[in-house]
Amino acid sequence: MKTTYREALREAIRDAMARDDRVFLMGEDVGAYGGCFAVSLGLLEEFGPERIRDTPLSESAFVGAGIGAALGGMRPIVEVMTVNFSLLALDQILNNAATLLHMSGGQLNVPVVIRMTTGAGRQLAAQHSHSLEGWYAHIPGLRVVAPATLEDARGMLWTALEDPDPVLVFEHGTLYNLEGELADDAGPVDLDRAAVRRAGDDLTIVTYGGTLGTSLDAAEALAAEGISAEVIDLRTLRPLDWPTVLESVARTHRAVVVDEGWRTGSLSAEVAATVTEETFYELDAPVARVCSAEVPMPYAKHLEEAALPQVPDVVAAARQVVGASGG
Amino acid sequence: MTAPAAPAPPGSVEHRVRLLREMVRIRRFEERCVELYSAASIRGFMHLYIGEEAVAVGVMAALEADDAIVATYREHGHALARGVPASLIMAEMFGKVEGTSRGRGGSMHLFDAGRRFYGGNAIVAGGIPVAGGLALADKMLGRPGVTACFFGEGAVAEGEFHETMNLASLWDLPVLFCCENNLYAMGTALARSEAETDLAAKASAYQMPAWAVDGMDVEAVADAARRAVLHIRAGGGPVFLELRTYRFRAHSMYDPERYRDKEEVARWREQDPIPAYAARLTADGALGEGDLAALEAEAEAEVDEAIAFAEAGTLEPLDDLTRFVTSEEVAP
Repeated sequence: MKTTYREALREAIRDAMARDDRVFLMGEDVGAYGGCFAVSLGLLEEFGPERIRDTPLSESAFVGAGIGAALGGMRPIVEVMTVNFSLLALDQILNNAATLLHMSGGQLNVPVVIRMTTGAGRQLAAQHSHSLEGWYAHIPGLRVVAPATLEDARGMLWTALEDPDPVLVFEHGTLYNLEGELADDAGPVDLDRAAVRRAGDDLTIVTYGGTLGTSLDAAEALAAEGISAEVIDLRTLRPLDWPTVLESVARTHRAVVVDEGWRTGSLSAEVAATVTEETFYELDAPVARVCSAEVPMPYAKHLEEAALPQVPDVVAAARQVVGASGG
Repeated sequence: MTAPAAPAPPGSVEHRVRLLREMVRIRRFEERCVELYSAASIRGFMHLYIGEEAVAVGVMAALEADDAIVATYREHGHALARGVPASLIMAEMFGKVEGTSRGRGGSMHLFDAGRRFYGGNAIVAGGIPVAGGLALADKMLGRPGVTACFFGEGAVAEGEFHETMNLASLWDLPVLFCCENNLYAMGTALARSEAETDLAAKASAYQMPAWAVDGMDVEAVADAARRAVLHIRAGGGPVFLELRTYRFRAHSMYDPERYRDKEEVARWREQDPIPAYAARLTADGALGEGDLAALEAEAEAEVDEAIAFAEAGTLEPLDDLTRFVTSEEVAP
């Protein structure tokens, strides 16, 4: 069937609500408004205000309430409008959700799912556009996932809800209108493995979320030049599926990491470092990275585009690692 | 808003003596903790509840097994009053695997899921939103539980307090907010940190019953908590209690107490909740000659046993360091 990323997310919520009475959605404007990005449109009418719960603008209180409700036996889906707003709830996410199980000696697991929008590309400037999922991927005790396809938008939520521990779901803001075909029987997907979205032999492009499309477009352009790029979608940012990444790089001998986060101290740095540590003697070129410019995201379209990883940037990085092979 | 009408107080001799016994247990436990800290058996930050025992004991007396508790880093008293065995608490403070949290938490992070004791939170106000969520779960699941959330008056300056007070009132959540006002947020006096020092008045702005209670009087606390719990369990929504108390000891073991004078501490010590209550029980004939000494001896023996248990405890194997970062079994 033809669907969108937004509709796939909505269908995942609807499916989870139907499967398990303990599941409920709460967040700012998820009910009467239909969700800031219209993900939950119509769900209030279908499930009522107890289970599609509008909250005050109190990120810390309602994320913390999600954590408490999870401890109390519910399976909350908490929606935070954007990753920038999630910083108001960082205390709850780090000091409670991620920490309680270990700090209580294994007594208190926190089965909460926290969804939020991430990323730029919509001219929303520096307080609605950052890609901070890499920060969250730094934290032991969290699982961090980034659906980049319709299948994952549809399938990651239920698996996340079945996880006994906290899962953060990062939905890239430019993906909501993504259209495509989804199998009628599409359902839960695994959260453990990265996915090879395009097979190739000459280099491995490692990416996730909003830059998967950029990377696939770059791979297409590279193919026209006779360069065969493999594209890996990490899907889960913590814990990372190293075997899939390392097997690919060991085979292609070259890697480009594409990450919309800032370069310094980033997820891309983690991938580049581990690839270098683990496949150093297989590499024919230094690992390259394509990241956002180290600036707060600007509003003006030309500046925002310049700040973000673009197809030509990925193509150039790929040419560089291939050219640097001495072949 | 005013306090709801009082139910008949329990008032039995057994009940009253139990209140005294619990306070004596906590006092003796913590006095020994000081010695153990000096002896380096206990490390890290340790915050003593000495002087404030009537608060935790009074509130816990009003709770049932189905109720939940969220406490702070000054929570030895709450854990003991809730029934967490002294031996497990002591073992935790010794960093032993037999402790409440396998030695991962220490003094500030005592947990007991079976007794619905959810810590042990060392971020000021950080437990308050979680208490709101525990109450939300009880409400959504149709369970009768009340969540008692303890925090100091310092937490009242935090956003998480205000956000959760609003949310709890808006959603009629079964939360008993227990503000332990011991007048100092670490070293900052209430008047130096709050524009409005009448905390019940502040709480009333969130449209919930809120009143101040003499936190040095265990029966006054128990009575207030009982009335509050009755109101909450009847579906009346959250209640805020300002429990006026005083910490006799320093904030933590590292506090030189430059912010208050000895005369002030001495004045408050005259209101020590334990001798005051023992005298009242004696005057009422509820406590006979030698009964207090017997309670103290019992407490001493319990602490001796706890220390022996902790000393005999073992250290968690290093191989287990990364256990419980994530759950070991996937829930069905």
